[in-house]
Amino acid sequence: MQPDTNLGLLVMAVTIYLVRALPLALLQKEIRSPFIRSFLFYVPYVSLSVMTFPAILSATASFWSGLAGLAAAAVIAWADGNLFRVSIGACVAVFLAELVI
Amino acid sequence: MKDMEEWKEKPQRTALSGKAWFLQGMKAGVPIGMGYFAVAFTLGIAARKTGLNAAQAGFMSATMLASAGQFAGFGALASNAGYLEMIVTEIVVNLRYLLMSGALSQKVMRDKPFFHRLLMAYGVTDEIFAVSMGVEGRLHPCYMYGAAATAAPGWVLGTVMGALLGMILPARAMSAMGVALYGMFLAIVIPPAKKSRIIAGVVVVSMAASALFTRLPGLQKISSGFQIIILTILVSGAAAILFPVLEEKEEPKDAA
Repeated sequence: MQPDTNLGLLVMAVTIYLVRALPLALLQKEIRSPFIRSFLFYVPYVSLSVMTFPAILSATASFWSGLAGLAAAAVIAWADGNLFRVSIGACVAVFLAELVI
Repeated sequence: MKDMEEWKEKPQRTALSGKAWFLQGMKAGVPIGMGYFAVAFTLGIAARKTGLNAAQAGFMSATMLASAGQFAGFGALASNAGYLEMIVTEIVVNLRYLLMSGALSQKVMRDKPFFHRLLMAYGVTDEIFAVSMGVEGRLHPCYMYGAAATAAPGWVLGTVMGALLGMILPARAMSAMGVALYGMFLAIVIPPAKKSRIIAGVVVVSMAASALFTRLPGLQKISSGFQIIILTILVSGAAAILFPVLEEKEEPKDAA
């Protein structure tokens, strides 16, 4: 049987929604376990770090412009921390780096 | 985030109106939407190659709001996979959302009605999750709605434009926009790392481990979605054992 494309899209959309909704719906109580609390405390830092590096180095046209973007983002985030400025700063750094390269 | 107790000491935070939270979320969503536009543009091109039209591609982006999940979806559609395979693929590729959603379940304000949790679930993406966890203290659901309201249109519009127009944006602009999302991740991770040596260590170890995974033969065959899950569980688990977050004052205990 050849699956229907539109039905397939719907099936995948429902699946991904359930993956996102179940923990929010089921974990309503405050978790008491110190281990799980600590684990969940670290999850954002680890997952975001893992997603950023080394992927950022291959996100642009060249390794060097990616590195420039990483350096700019790290410096601005350290000094300032504003989300928007860090993001734009990284983009500008990549753009400038690629003008030079 | 750096100090989860803060919300108790700063009642004015929780006193912010839903509208104020929504506006703050919208502000945080703007750079996300811009980054999304660039990524989604390439996604739209891929959708066309899979045989989807622009409307189908837009529908997919609006309902799934997931880069890796959608790319994996193209693969499943292109290979005429059955529905069960589609379901399994989406669960595996998006398993990290299970962890993120679990973290959010503890972060959201407790006094909000249940339906908010069902609505918030739509907005659990890497980026919206990132800014939501970056909020000081407890999270008001309206913050996530605001972020999704400005970020998701970038995703959907980018996909549709990509499917319709193909590679029409100058390559330089596309390339520069490619780092917007990563810049945002760093903006979430670095300021707390500045204040806590443990978080800084966790960040460095995570990045090093991630680099290792993409280099080592054998390990690099693991799909990126799985790499994120494995590393998140391993590193967060190790950190939770080594540096438990104390109950009274929720900051990681400094061993030194």
